[in-house]
Amino acid sequence: MKRLLLLSTALLVGAGLPALTACTAGTESGPPKVAQSGASHEPVTIEFWHGFSADNELKAFDETLAGFQKKFPWITVKPTKAVQDSQILQSVRGGNPPDVALSFTTDSVAEFCKAGIFQDLNPYLKASGIDPAALFPKVIAEYTQYQGKRCVMPMLADAYGLYYNKTLMQGHQPPKTMSELADLAKKLTVKNDKGDIKVAGFVPTSQMYENAPIHTGVMVGGKWTNPDGTSAIGSDPQWKKLMTWQKDLTDWYGYDRLEKFRKSFGDEWSAENPFNTGKVAMAIDGEWRTAMLAADAPDLDYGTAPLPVADDQPQRYGAGYITGTVIGVPRGAKHPEAAWELVKYLTTDTGTLVTLSNAIRNVPSTLPALQSPDLKKDPNFQTFLDVFANPDSTTLPAHVNSVFNQQTLQEAQIKWESGRASDLDALLAEVDKKIDEKLKLTAGG
Amino acid sequence: MRGNLRALLYLSPWLAGFAIFFVYPLVSTVYFSFQRYDLFTLEPVGLLNWEYFLKDQAAWTAIRNTLWLVVVMVPLRVLFGLGVAQLVTRLKAGAGVYRTIFYLPALVPLVAGTLGFVFLLNPGTGPVDALLSAVGLPAPDWFGDPAWSKWGLTLLGLWSVGDLMVIFMAALLDVPKQLYEAASIDGADGWRQFTSITLPVIRPVLMFALVTGVIQTLQYFTQAEVAARVASGATDSAGSVFTPGYPDQSTLTFPQWLFQQGFRDYAMGYACVLALVLFAVAMVFTLVLLRQFRFAEEES
Repeated sequence: MKRLLLLSTALLVGAGLPALTACTAGTESGPPKVAQSGASHEPVTIEFWHGFSADNELKAFDETLAGFQKKFPWITVKPTKAVQDSQILQSVRGGNPPDVALSFTTDSVAEFCKAGIFQDLNPYLKASGIDPAALFPKVIAEYTQYQGKRCVMPMLADAYGLYYNKTLMQGHQPPKTMSELADLAKKLTVKNDKGDIKVAGFVPTSQMYENAPIHTGVMVGGKWTNPDGTSAIGSDPQWKKLMTWQKDLTDWYGYDRLEKFRKSFGDEWSAENPFNTGKVAMAIDGEWRTAMLAADAPDLDYGTAPLPVADDQPQRYGAGYITGTVIGVPRGAKHPEAAWELVKYLTTDTGTLVTLSNAIRNVPSTLPALQSPDLKKDPNFQTFLDVFANPDSTTLPAHVNSVFNQQTLQEAQIKWESGRASDLDALLAEVDKKIDEKLKLTAGG
Repeated sequence: MRGNLRALLYLSPWLAGFAIFFVYPLVSTVYFSFQRYDLFTLEPVGLLNWEYFLKDQAAWTAIRNTLWLVVVMVPLRVLFGLGVAQLVTRLKAGAGVYRTIFYLPALVPLVAGTLGFVFLLNPGTGPVDALLSAVGLPAPDWFGDPAWSKWGLTLLGLWSVGDLMVIFMAALLDVPKQLYEAASIDGADGWRQFTSITLPVIRPVLMFALVTGVIQTLQYFTQAEVAARVASGATDSAGSVFTPGYPDQSTLTFPQWLFQQGFRDYAMGYACVLALVLFAVAMVFTLVLLRQFRFAEEES
């Protein structure tokens, strides 16, 4: 019995070894091939991994790929749905990547380019005679390239704005400044006899679905990093302004009451989203919500508007946060030329982008597609097209520690909102310190 | 000489496995710990990763949290498991039903069990807090308040104590009945019988439960990760950023931080430093275990 126990224990300790083995493997392959002009039209099958999984998205995507097949009959596309970034990474490390891979996040773009996980597409663009500066809005360059390498292309984009429930607004116009937003949020909030929140005018905490600092930072024009990659958060007074505003409004509700209310919400992506159900009057969200509301809450009377801005920056009203889906050719792709044809088709073809945009209600990511007469427009969706076109709209520029930087600031925000930190200057200085030390670790900055 | 070669030949499968699955990863891990390694490219950086470990507040927070779970949750699970085992071994009627009830949670997949638990303890919609409020007791935000979050995980650990209960039941049923009968005749009360008969006899099993519990807790990952994600309400979709350890890194455990560094932040060189630290600590506990078993064997 004792020997059996001893053996079991030894096996258990051994089970910890994968943590060590996880640190192994991975070698670098040669440089990417440049697209060949006049390539042969021998039949070829390419693997395409993407993250789409909803039925309407898959249907639209299948139709798009059918269009590609018609245009390039010698290229057969074998799509794989619902793929995450980690799977793409592992396939590249294992030397068996797909020919084309799509990522929903732009957070890894710097690493994709720096480590050569995706091939530099500049030679392909040049060979195809495409000028990205003329084709894409300027802001897109910030999240599709890093240190001169354009290792991904934009395939549709997302823009963020304010959704408001017209019934709950009681005739008020959407707020344009943060003060107006706070005042209106208080007016529209309904509490029960015990003081519990029944309807919130606006949930200001960073933990609310789309209230992450990357989205709300645009309201004050908060700067994330200095040109050398170090943190600008502590030294930029705009972040302090935003967090003070959030904290004041949070305190008006009472943090505990607001958390209790927030934790009664359904899943963000379900029909139980509190905006759909009339539990919140105003919410920050992306343009895709228009399609979801059409499907899940067709009777909801709502409107959309740009995000309110800081009171001292009225000229910035109309700007928002922009990001998007990116697509590229992983290192080690077996058929890079055919892969490039698919990437080009999905990211530069006006008809393709318009069809996809109309189907899944994302913002088309090229200038010609934005101006296409075939693009379905309604007032609520138009708001996001305008935000996308606004020169003051910003994105989070590609950074090797993009995820870490966001996490570090959001952790500080949660501490601050909850009242578990009382010195905002010290808190933001700590954020700077952590980000700068991490930069030294990962990039030697 | 020929005998040695033959022995080596017989040992060769094990030696090959040992070299490939233990020595090579270990040596590689040490090597990578001196490199800036983003999963694809290597750059020698000397002691940079080790220096960063010394000033990485999150790593030290993760160490403190993991030790908290080792010191509080592991003994509580052992005590609770022993108590439940005592109870169900003494039941005259319905023993099978109660054994099943207490064991069932151990069969629930970790993620599903944790999800259910977080929903039960949700301050907005969960029945536990509603019940506590109804009887006038404070209803904490279990997984949303850093003062309560580790207690929430401990409750989850106690709920799924069935694995320990089964081992303790086997050990308790193994204690010779005549020892208790003799003790009763000598006038020993229940507590005396427990401390003088039960505990010494089941001591090796208790030791096994404690040390394996410690080793498992040093690798504690899934429950903390899932509970934090669900409680934070973070968007669970591609492209969303999730901060492990919510709230305020109070549920951040060492393996979570290791995973985060290696596979989310592309700092695999630094993750290797963390892996080596974890390996060293687990090794110390293993050595303690081996010593304790040797003592137990010698005593018996």
